[in-house]
Amino acid sequence: MENIQHRFGAYIKIHWKTIVFLGVVLITIGLLDQFVDSYIRRLLNLCAIYTIISLGMNLVNGFTGQFSLGQAGFMAVGAYTVAIFTVPIEARATIFYLAPMTPLLANIQLPFIVALLLGGLVSAGFAFLIGGPCLRLRGDYLAIATLGFSEIIRIVFTNTQTITNGALGIKSIPTITSLWWTYGIAIIIIVLMILLINSSYGRAFKSIREDEIAAEAMGVGLFKTKMTSFMIGAFFTGIGGGLFAALLGTVDPKQFYFTLTYNFLLIIVLGGLGSISGTVIASFVVTLGQEWLRFLDEPMAFGLDLPIFRPGLRMVVFSALLMVVVLFYRKGLMGTNELTWDFIGKKIKVIKSKFNRKKSASQGGDNK
Amino acid sequence: MVVGMTLETFLQQLINGLSIGSLYALIAIGYTMVYGILRLINFAHGDIFMMAAYFTYFGIAVFFLPWYVTFFITIVLTILLGVGIERFAYRPLRDAPKTSLLISAIGVSFLLENLATYLFSGKPQAFPNFPLMTNPINFGSLTVQPVSILIPIVTFFIMIGLLFLINHTKVGMAMRAVSVDYDTAKLMGIKINGVISSTFAIGSGLAAVGAILWCMKYPSVLPLMGVVIGLKCFIAAVIGGIGNVKGAVLGGLILGFSEVLMVAFFPALTGYRDAVAFIILIIILLFLPNGLLGKKQVEKV
Amino acid sequence: MSLLKTENVVMQFGGVVAVNDLNIDIKKGELAALIGPNGAGKTTAFNVITGVYAPTKGKVLFSPVDSVGVTNEIDITARKPNKITNLGIARTFQNIRLFKELTVMENVLVATHQNVDFNFLSATLRLPKAIRGELKAKQDCELLLDRMGLIDLKDEKASSLPYGQQRHLEIARALATDPQLLLLDEPAAGMNPQETDELTDLILKLKTDFGLTIFMIEHHMDLVMEISDHIYVLDFGCTIAKGTPDQIQNDPKVIEAYLGVDADVED
Repeated sequence: MENIQHRFGAYIKIHWKTIVFLGVVLITIGLLDQFVDSYIRRLLNLCAIYTIISLGMNLVNGFTGQFSLGQAGFMAVGAYTVAIFTVPIEARATIFYLAPMTPLLANIQLPFIVALLLGGLVSAGFAFLIGGPCLRLRGDYLAIATLGFSEIIRIVFTNTQTITNGALGIKSIPTITSLWWTYGIAIIIIVLMILLINSSYGRAFKSIREDEIAAEAMGVGLFKTKMTSFMIGAFFTGIGGGLFAALLGTVDPKQFYFTLTYNFLLIIVLGGLGSISGTVIASFVVTLGQEWLRFLDEPMAFGLDLPIFRPGLRMVVFSALLMVVVLFYRKGLMGTNELTWDFIGKKIKVIKSKFNRKKSASQGGDNK
Repeated sequence: MVVGMTLETFLQQLINGLSIGSLYALIAIGYTMVYGILRLINFAHGDIFMMAAYFTYFGIAVFFLPWYVTFFITIVLTILLGVGIERFAYRPLRDAPKTSLLISAIGVSFLLENLATYLFSGKPQAFPNFPLMTNPINFGSLTVQPVSILIPIVTFFIMIGLLFLINHTKVGMAMRAVSVDYDTAKLMGIKINGVISSTFAIGSGLAAVGAILWCMKYPSVLPLMGVVIGLKCFIAAVIGGIGNVKGAVLGGLILGFSEVLMVAFFPALTGYRDAVAFIILIIILLFLPNGLLGKKQVEKV
Repeated sequence: MSLLKTENVVMQFGGVVAVNDLNIDIKKGELAALIGPNGAGKTTAFNVITGVYAPTKGKVLFSPVDSVGVTNEIDITARKPNKITNLGIARTFQNIRLFKELTVMENVLVATHQNVDFNFLSATLRLPKAIRGELKAKQDCELLLDRMGLIDLKDEKASSLPYGQQRHLEIARALATDPQLLLLDEPAAGMNPQETDELTDLILKLKTDFGLTIFMIEHHMDLVMEISDHIYVLDFGCTIAKGTPDQIQNDPKVIEAYLGVDADVED
């Protein structure tokens, strides 16, 4: 008993800054949840969801070094699972007016959290099926196969009228409005990621990214390890997709066009392939930035009728940004580093010493 | 046969498969050559094809240039685009981790798609009709568009020319050397940059020819038209054995025939037409990971 | 008793025969060396033994002592590299292949991953079994790093180490897999005479302390002649001689094909 108390005390002593920080974050979420309007609320919810999905992608692409482009597909799987299992039974007849829902599913309704977890699991199941043929090969066919998967799943969902309501999509999904759902789950997933990455499994992931041949020579089973990472990534993405469905209240195949994946690619490249904190920061920067850049699509952006401002410009800027980052800032914001207290301390020291050097240099100049 | 199908319709479908397969082949060659030399999936290749389609569209429908001038300009512009992309988006990253190169390729692809949407609007534009090429002609009870016959013929001659270039010219020898061993080729004094540029030039030129023929057969252009075609053609290259020009043609034909025949035999599955390529990809990866004509790749340790 | 045997191993790449009819028999507890001019097929032989390449012909047999003390001869031909490592063969690489972005400690810890007896969920949720397992792995690795003189550098990135220490780290990482047979691919490459001497002592010490059998590719003839029990000489993929250092030094074929030509070039 005493031992436990002692250990707990020691834990607090080491991590007090983190605990304070977490407290501040929770209070901020609580305050925001009370006071923001629905537009900001939706945007903040989206930031948290994009964080979750980008973490799933970074686990595979950044930490394990496998190039997967299936985020939109895995999201769709999670989103549709939540949609199908949470839409109120009495509303189903009106939604599925072209063809009634298959009797197998028509009368099943699950609590949101169960449907959400199920969405993650189904998504991981799909990852297992794609990973089987693709992860065995050295090479980059995974990128094509996952991109293909996200297109096929869209085609499938458009054609399975009695399950997904085809191109019409599913409306009237019970929505979540509180920030606690998305942020609660985002925080849980961030913590799980940190724990996973700093475990023996996380090191095995990173060893594959660094050097597959050496990793294999050290006894790391490549296929099994890659598959584990790929499935966990898909699980997180499926959860993110489920939250996405519950945020918007409606899903249809067009939402999950594969270009959606490029959003997340930009996020993880900007944040740093292989950095959890970088991913979190970049998720907010990109999501909010995209919203802020909306004026680019407005013809009357500055009160003048400038011909360059018209729909589409925002996406051009956005994709050019991806190019700029990968060509000139290949490591992104964080590289493979994490924003730990040590890291911040070191950065501050570097800045201070630079500042001091400048100061002494300018003083030296004065003396001459 | 599953559906009552006459011999005529069957033959018609075969010609159809041959012409679409040849189009796939033209584009697949660009993927296979770049992959052979840089080990890079050139994600932008499908969008280079799309840009070529727009160049043709603008030449003929907007600037009313004669068709031969338009075709010439299209091919030149597309080659410049392809070589320019390599120069500015891939070359600076040649010593970077492979992931960065792949991301850059995706970035270029995304940028071209968005630029096209911004400049030319996201709406499909109708491509003008070439009566000479599209008015069906009759062979007995068969009705065929001349373009469907022209496409395989053009593809055949291009492939012959390309094989000659690769096997019997100096630049072809350099290409083969670089694809076998990049570092040694460099040490032997081969001008790597020149070889890579010519590879992109050839690939893009073929994509331009493909785009011109494509638009004659399917007269509509839109910014995202290159995406699915690009993915399919990369898969065609994988089916034939990536890095192998003959393989790319073979893969393209197999893919074209499979699609057309699936739709012909199982009309109920028409909605899944675009999924055929990916299903073949999975099967190939499972049972023949090096493709039909590919060699086993040995990783250097 | 032999620990590792290769029987008529042939490795062909297209038309090139990199290894031709290799017959090696390494006895338990000895230190054997594989020498030969550049391009003789030495590293290819290692790659066949460790499963990186599947040989065109022939067999690789390994006789490790299992956890209950029984020795069984196992055919490891063309098994997956990680399975071969699991059975007890570890290696280093000629051109150092560390996990560059990982710390020294992490590099060594990766090698213990094959022994984890907990799944990723218990690892993530830090269940007691996982905590115990991770703690034990960490303690073992710290001991190992201490012996290799790397303990003070344990939190440095592997790529930031000087060259010689990177070679030491590679050996430490291989040892962390708990091998019975250690394959060293040119451990002294790029080292000066003093570093080579230190390495010689280290190898001998590791051999006795860990009860290891060592098979090594090396170009430094002094080192090879000083510590090897048996030497195999490879030239153009063929074994042209085998025997004790004395026998090799006096073998006319070796002198002619290798030492005679190369003696002035070496060192």
